[in-house]
Amino acid sequence: MSDEEDDIILSELDDEELVQQMMDDLYDGMSEEIEEGVNILLERGWTPYKILTEPLVGGMTIVGHDFRDGILFVPEVLLSATAMKAGMAILKPLLIETGAPRMGKMVIGTVKGDIHDIGKNLVAMMMEGAGFEVVDLGINNAVDSYLEAAAREDADIIGMSALLTTTMPYMKVVIDTLVEQGKRDDYVVMVGGAPLNEEFGTAIGADAYCRDAAVAVETAKEFMQRRHNQA
Amino acid sequence: MTQAALSKRDEANRKTTGSILLLACGALAREILDILKINEWSHIDLICLPAQLHNTPDAIPDAVREAVGKHRQDYETIHVVYADCGTGGILQRTCDELGVEMIEGPHCYAFFEGVTQFEDRDEFTAFYLTDFLARQFDAFVWKPLGLDKHPQLRDMYFGNYTKLVYLSQIDDPDLIEISRKNAQRLGLEFEHRKTGYGDLTPQIENWANSKI
Repeated sequence: MSDEEDDIILSELDDEELVQQMMDDLYDGMSEEIEEGVNILLERGWTPYKILTEPLVGGMTIVGHDFRDGILFVPEVLLSATAMKAGMAILKPLLIETGAPRMGKMVIGTVKGDIHDIGKNLVAMMMEGAGFEVVDLGINNAVDSYLEAAAREDADIIGMSALLTTTMPYMKVVIDTLVEQGKRDDYVVMVGGAPLNEEFGTAIGADAYCRDAAVAVETAKEFMQRRHNQA
Repeated sequence: MTQAALSKRDEANRKTTGSILLLACGALAREILDILKINEWSHIDLICLPAQLHNTPDAIPDAVREAVGKHRQDYETIHVVYADCGTGGILQRTCDELGVEMIEGPHCYAFFEGVTQFEDRDEFTAFYLTDFLARQFDAFVWKPLGLDKHPQLRDMYFGNYTKLVYLSQIDDPDLIEISRKNAQRLGLEFEHRKTGYGDLTPQIENWANSKI
């Protein structure tokens, strides 16, 4: 079969086929095709929120599952994330204009002494895709950075990430400080990172350990729902 | 794997008549064999787990548990030549459960430099290479990160690092030059420090003397 016959003209696909194709393109990390697909759906009158949730978050969720199951590896996930970012760059200003459901607000960063932000960036992106407002504190955050940002932003969630065995104990410093200042119940504290586990999250007093970005999104949604029900 | 590397691994995994077994990361095989040879510690055998576990630390504790179970009946003592290696304390817990000792510290980078000195430096923006990683840079760093096919991902991985530090165990100008070039490939400053075997020799000496 020639390359020409292989070419898929996105604009000739109906909506259902296009969404499916965009999910495939996202899986394959094809940024330009994602941008083209987003623009086609906008021209067809899709709302930015619907585009974000169906082909982009939907596609990225499949990527996340396949990463969890050992089918995809970090490089492929990063390529998919880059493609999703390309789509989100088009949608973000439109989402602000058109409005979209707000799930809650999260401040997130890697802990003091840790510069490894790949996981944190994926979580931030997926949380945004799920309708959370995310304030990204970047890398190497001391306790004051988390607490000041959480207060300033009136955040619902504090997210902490660490890749190193040597830096993960710092998460407890942040949580202990929240307790000392009587602010522990003001925030949901979610932690993640390769060397962490459920037991560690419980031991340091976090509300949840999240093994990947998809779990982080679902966990955050559950906590926001609980808060909503308690209000 | 090259024939030379296979021979090295076979040599490392050859069981002799020792009463002590060192169960080690394959990335340490060459260095441990050298230490055993220099000191004529013939009562110590070495068996290595695949060095590839370096890139999947969550698999290390189960691999160690299985290997200890497999070899326990053949030796009076087994020691695990791994540091924490990104297992988040699980390897230490596994070794405690199995009643075997392991090496203190977060990584081989730390015990080659000396754990105390390594921790005092607090160089959290440094990316480290040992002799093994310098030799195997493409197989253990470049390709597993997909940089051979997708070089545009480089700064997503290394953008927050400032320098590559090559901690050398032996004097090899070629490895220094290779590491310098690899620092350039990663867009990082280069620094070379000769560490020798650091804490590894006294640790093995301690284990060796405990059975003489």
